[in-house]
Amino acid sequence: MMNFDYVRPASVADAIAAASEKGAAYLASGTNLLDLMKGGVSRPSRLVDVTRLPGLDRIERLADGSLRIGALVRNADLAHDAEFVRNYPAVAEALLSGASAQLRNAATVGGNLLQRTRCAYFYDIGSACNKRWPGAGCDALDGENRLHAVLGWSEGCIATHPSDFCVPLVALDAVVEIEGKDGRRELPLEALHRLPGDAPAHETELERGELIVALRLPAAAQNFAAHARYIKVRERTSYAFAVVSAAAALRIEDGAIREARLALGGVAAKPWRSREAEQLLAGAAPDAARYREAARAALAGAKPSGDNAFKIELAQRIVVRALSLAAQGTPARVAALPASPFSSLPGA
Amino acid sequence: MNLPITLTINGVRREIVLDDPRVTLLDLLRERLDLTGTKKGCDRGQCGACTILVDGRRINSCLALAVSHDGAEITTIEGVTQGDELHPVQAAFIAHDGFQCGFCTPGQIMSAIGLIEEGQAGDDPERVRECMSGNLCRCGAYQGITEAVLEAQINMNAANMTAANRRRSA
Repeated sequence: MMNFDYVRPASVADAIAAASEKGAAYLASGTNLLDLMKGGVSRPSRLVDVTRLPGLDRIERLADGSLRIGALVRNADLAHDAEFVRNYPAVAEALLSGASAQLRNAATVGGNLLQRTRCAYFYDIGSACNKRWPGAGCDALDGENRLHAVLGWSEGCIATHPSDFCVPLVALDAVVEIEGKDGRRELPLEALHRLPGDAPAHETELERGELIVALRLPAAAQNFAAHARYIKVRERTSYAFAVVSAAAALRIEDGAIREARLALGGVAAKPWRSREAEQLLAGAAPDAARYREAARAALAGAKPSGDNAFKIELAQRIVVRALSLAAQGTPARVAALPASPFSSLPGA
Repeated sequence: MNLPITLTINGVRREIVLDDPRVTLLDLLRERLDLTGTKKGCDRGQCGACTILVDGRRINSCLALAVSHDGAEITTIEGVTQGDELHPVQAAFIAHDGFQCGFCTPGQIMSAIGLIEEGQAGDDPERVRECMSGNLCRCGAYQGITEAVLEAQINMNAANMTAANRRRSA
């Protein structure tokens, strides 16, 4: 690991000033960053420790009915907050399907949004990677790429975004609150991550020194609590990243879907929301034929980036499964194997 | 750069001066404080051998910078016994053959103590397995580990109830 200066600012303003220098990086729990630093993938010259910043570890209900989650709230604390689970069950399920209990105890909400891809060629500093070294090329293109992107990729980069948490969040219109040297601004989470295009190293819309201070779920996100699931296929049932995943949230009234939300994980460089599928579902009866039509629409633009054509079919099946399970109703308790399509829980 | 920190480790308060900000809690415990019960397996947060409790919560000590945990209370495998008496989780691991080579065992035990404290698994073996998935065992002692966690939890809950009853009748 390259050496670095360590600073622990006392205020958000001091943190932003300290992180505005070239080479600086924010440190929250470090579960992703330290791993990358040990591998020489990330080489910050200064770490700005934000873990002691006051006021960023709260979950609060705002007057307009939205929920504000501080960026330093730990994944496990959010996933086990009873009110949160009741109101946003698919988000809790996604959190519990990610990483391990130890990592969830440490990892923060803000850090989860900014975790880096798990592409093996990004991690291996002996490989060519346009994210690590713009212009170097992409060894994933001709490499082991069965887990890479099928939507929104470019010849420059076929990596996927690894977060489970972000998938139901984009479906539910989550908003990110950002502080920078020019003050506070907001961004829909869906607009935070960028597709690779010809600049794969430019991963998010954050400017140098900007700090995510909170995540907000609008009041309407609660309307889906009765019919919301996150379903994730992985290569082992626990403690693995998604091959593909889907968050489905439905508002069902009088036997018809009034409103639908759908997003996919593991398919692109960002959590992938499908408004095409949502429109096909709105007003329809909850039935399998319509789910299949919605799934086709969600993957209509997909193309293999390598040895991964199977993901296009698999993603459609997972969309159908997530919609079917969401329509059956949110289980009273998160399944023993969160997000697993193989869970033995009745109704899951 | 000298970085002074204070940690309470297994109940003992320690003033430590770090000469390097890169030191993880794992390396601090093993290499500088001679607490080698906590094991270094992968050093990348994948195997769980380095699991310790920080402020009562189980985490991977390999992915935690010591300097960032100034002021924390840390419990390692060396700190779980009551005098000469094994912790109920340790006793249950022995009773159920929850190990073979033993390398992952300190991490498994610290993780199980953390899990029982979290109270998320209840008596469901499937939930126990899921909640222990951050601890790999290459000998494959998982069956015994699951049984040990379930039994330790019963024993600890019973002991807590006995203690509470004793307090009530006193």
